[in-house]
Amino acid sequence: METSILSVGIDIGTSTTSMVVSRLQVQNTASCFAVPRVAITGAEIVYRGEIYQTPQAGGDCIDADAVASLLENEYRKAGITPEQVQTGAVIITGESSRKENAALVTERMSRLAGEFVVATAGPDLESIIAAKGAGTAQYSEEHGCSAANFDIGGGTTNIAVFRGGQLTSKGCWDIGGRLIRVENGRISYVSPRVALVAQDVGVFLQKGGPADAGTLRKVTDRMAAALCEAAGLLPETPLCRAVETVEATPMRLEHSIDCVSFSGGVADYVYHPVSDWFRHGDIGPLLADSIRRSVLFTARKVIPVRETIRATVVGAGAYTTTVSGSTIDCVREDLLPLKNLPVLVPGKETEEASGLGHGEALAKEARWFLQESGADNAVFCLKRLRAPNYRQVCALADALAQAAAVLPHGAPLLVLTEQDYAKVLGQALRRQVKDRPVICIDSVRAEEGDYLDLGRPLMDGVVLPVVVKTLIFGE
Amino acid sequence: MIDERLIASITAEVLRQLSAAGGTVSAPAVAAKVSQRLRVEDGILPDLTTAESKAEITLEHMVNRDLLEQMKRKTPARIGIGSAGPRLKTRTYLTLRADHAGARDAVFRDVDEGLLREMGLFTVQTLCTSRNEHLTRPDLGRQLSEDAKRELRSKCQRNPQVQIYAADGLSSQAVDVNLRDILPALMDGLQDYGISTGTPFFLRFGRMPAMDEISELLGAEVTCVLVGERPGLATANSMSAYIAYKATVGMPEARRTVVSNIHSGGIPAVEAGAHIAGLLKTILERKQSGVDLQL
Repeated sequence: METSILSVGIDIGTSTTSMVVSRLQVQNTASCFAVPRVAITGAEIVYRGEIYQTPQAGGDCIDADAVASLLENEYRKAGITPEQVQTGAVIITGESSRKENAALVTERMSRLAGEFVVATAGPDLESIIAAKGAGTAQYSEEHGCSAANFDIGGGTTNIAVFRGGQLTSKGCWDIGGRLIRVENGRISYVSPRVALVAQDVGVFLQKGGPADAGTLRKVTDRMAAALCEAAGLLPETPLCRAVETVEATPMRLEHSIDCVSFSGGVADYVYHPVSDWFRHGDIGPLLADSIRRSVLFTARKVIPVRETIRATVVGAGAYTTTVSGSTIDCVREDLLPLKNLPVLVPGKETEEASGLGHGEALAKEARWFLQESGADNAVFCLKRLRAPNYRQVCALADALAQAAAVLPHGAPLLVLTEQDYAKVLGQALRRQVKDRPVICIDSVRAEEGDYLDLGRPLMDGVVLPVVVKTLIFGE
Repeated sequence: MIDERLIASITAEVLRQLSAAGGTVSAPAVAAKVSQRLRVEDGILPDLTTAESKAEITLEHMVNRDLLEQMKRKTPARIGIGSAGPRLKTRTYLTLRADHAGARDAVFRDVDEGLLREMGLFTVQTLCTSRNEHLTRPDLGRQLSEDAKRELRSKCQRNPQVQIYAADGLSSQAVDVNLRDILPALMDGLQDYGISTGTPFFLRFGRMPAMDEISELLGAEVTCVLVGERPGLATANSMSAYIAYKATVGMPEARRTVVSNIHSGGIPAVEAGAHIAGLLKTILERKQSGVDLQL
């Protein structure tokens, strides 16, 4: 039993936009004497798009129409149509996601992207996606070490730390290669967010002023030092927190870091240094050099990456999709795909009461959740019940059926269980809930604040492709 | 053979030396000395067979603890246990013995009669008359006794779409642990699909192929037995479901479909019940099972 799904990743960043097309291999990895265990076993990149400058429409705006036509052209070059695409992610990252017209771009994208995922990525999601695309998450799992990826782009540096393949912390800093731009030996642009760093090292930067590598190096050295502080390699100074991206969850390092990797546009120069500082009209190569001289590079094991500048787009295209458990209950395929479903994680006591068949608290939480989030529906995400017996499963179904009454008329009841019991729960639910469809899946980990996209079933309905989007902006 | 006289002379010499060294040592004196050294404590010895105990790493001086923990989470195999010279550590050895004892117990015990009553199952027996015979005569464990045949004919609904029954097989414990969850999940699932399920029962001293005789006897379209798997050292709780479409005595083994590894560390019993219900529905629709059934 084997199939593949076509996945597209699109990254619209502060400075560049790119697209990749990948084919994800989906296979049943269990023997034929056991219950199926379907997994994504590989990702082959079948088309690597060019890296384009993100079209700007004056001011801080992305030119949504120009981006759309650029991507239409990429689809043609890749030889695919939007209808063929089964999964993937469009993410609008870095400074771009903050721009006012991100919503407009998102809307244009969803028409182009057909059925698949559109997300305005928060900095948190971008950190994770880039580290997956770079291969850092996988490295930490295979080598049993802790590894941090620094995705250094034009406007921000996204850090994601993994230990044994599991994400342990993430963060985002306003440190990037294009925060200062240079033209004909003069400074042509200074991002307001550089001011704090420049002030800290006593450098005055002004548009039109001379672009002196020595002076600018003081700024990039300080940026590199701030990253070392973020990674726990230097004592933290107030500046480090001051240049942390406002929208990101403040980073909390859980343990020391063994290995570091670098991705993003600046990473190429971290791995392959040049001394032609202003070749791109910005401070990217200088920043890379500052990092090479910092303890981040010299005191930690530097590991190779699979992708540098394309890490985010490859991560979005090839590593955002997972599959549900292989025993699920989904008899209404026509309802799928479903997108942007907010995750409702009931409180501990509520879930325990539900396990005893009492649904009042769950119904109350669900009503409150829908009111607060303004969403039409939510995914009930059950994380606490371990190895329930049949009596508990039936009791839980009673409670969920009770809570489902607060959902809008006819809206499907969507349930995700972390442990493997979705099929039996789904069967029990369909016995109770007659006035709305039920979709019950398991073995996917989602947290409060996440959003889920559920794709069309694969392999005769054995599994659903699932994308978990972590879109928390701050805490 | 050592000369008996030689042994006698050595013993005499040793006794002579002992009495020369410190006079005679009386038995009560020894006992008093020993009890002085003994300290009796209240407390509980750790259960070595628990998951927490087995997750503990007893290897010393490892290079990468994280990686070892990660590997241990992925397998019940005894890795990261270290050794004492060329041998197992005492703790590993005792755990191994405890697991082995658990496996033996699972084979030798009987299924809890209270459970069978609770599930509303009556019991019939194969040609085996004792546990010993069940273990030593697999051929008899595949055949029903005349009493059993009579009882099945009188109590069971004939020609059901699906005949379900449980058998002890090689682990009564697997039946004890899983039946309460798997059977109702399976029966309710089949009822939802509108599939008739006949009259379930329990077969004592049953080997899996007895299902062929039962299928013929009751005229079931599909027969499904929930049977205890031969215990290993990882778990004694594992159950399998063997399923065959129109099973007949002497049919090729390739016509059986099996769902194995039903236990808390494999597929949970409740989920297995729901899965097997769906599988039985497919088998009825396709009218085939085993390797013929391409899923």
